[in-house]
Amino acid sequence: MELPAQTFRVTRADLVRYAGASGDFNPIHWSDRFATKVGLPGVIAHGMFTMALVGRAVTAWAGSPDAVVDFGVRFTRPVVVPDDNVGTEIVVTAVVRETTEEGLTRLDVTATCLGEKVLSQARATVRTAG
Amino acid sequence: MPLDQSFVGRTYPPTAPYQVGREKIREFATAIGANDPAHHDPAAGRALGHPDVVAPPTFPVAITMAASRQLVEDPALGIDYSRVVHGDQRFAYTRPVVAGDELICVNTVEDITSRGGHEFLTTRTDVSTTAGEPVVTVWSKLVVRGEA
Repeated sequence: MELPAQTFRVTRADLVRYAGASGDFNPIHWSDRFATKVGLPGVIAHGMFTMALVGRAVTAWAGSPDAVVDFGVRFTRPVVVPDDNVGTEIVVTAVVRETTEEGLTRLDVTATCLGEKVLSQARATVRTAG
Repeated sequence: MPLDQSFVGRTYPPTAPYQVGREKIREFATAIGANDPAHHDPAAGRALGHPDVVAPPTFPVAITMAASRQLVEDPALGIDYSRVVHGDQRFAYTRPVVAGDELICVNTVEDITSRGGHEFLTTRTDVSTTAGEPVVTVWSKLVVRGEA
């Protein structure tokens, strides 16, 4: 079963806010000068910010903010966030891989930015209500 | 300089307790746009059976990233952090993190491998309360990019 896609807009302001909240102040997430110096196309989103957005999608599908039992991803491609008011967009989809007798649902998750996958092996196990 | 393979299996001393604050959970939830009342309103957290507001699933990284400094900054292990990118991340929960938790992290080096000129360091952080109750286990794989 395929779950309805969820879309998240990401701007520079979001990265600054996330840096402060998470304590990850790596300059590749806020300085174009630094990011390009280390060979990136520009400022990129924190991998953990992308994962947090995927976490929002997963809890929304599960129907409860405390449903996540296991959650893992591999970061395969950077999410470049331009310095404008539009930013970029991450689209999250998932398929239900398995539902166990213990009330757990395993999801295979896909996250894309500009049509390219930014994660692989993204999997979540959620406790389903009921 | 390659990472020292003899570190595989090494466990570091427990970190100082981290007090999970209600406002920190709210701040983190706001930063990721997580508007569910259970992240913001203690009554909504209690309605789900928790003692206070509930942290979003990736919140523990705010604790474990700081805790992993003891390993990343260990000169004997020899990580050049300017060449590090985040490879994998995983959380396995015993229960969600909630405001009021006092958490301790124990870092273990699970694996060090080398492939294509890059090195891969997998760490496991066991997060438990000061009373010894396990809460979440967090795995991170860091990629130390080879010097081209």
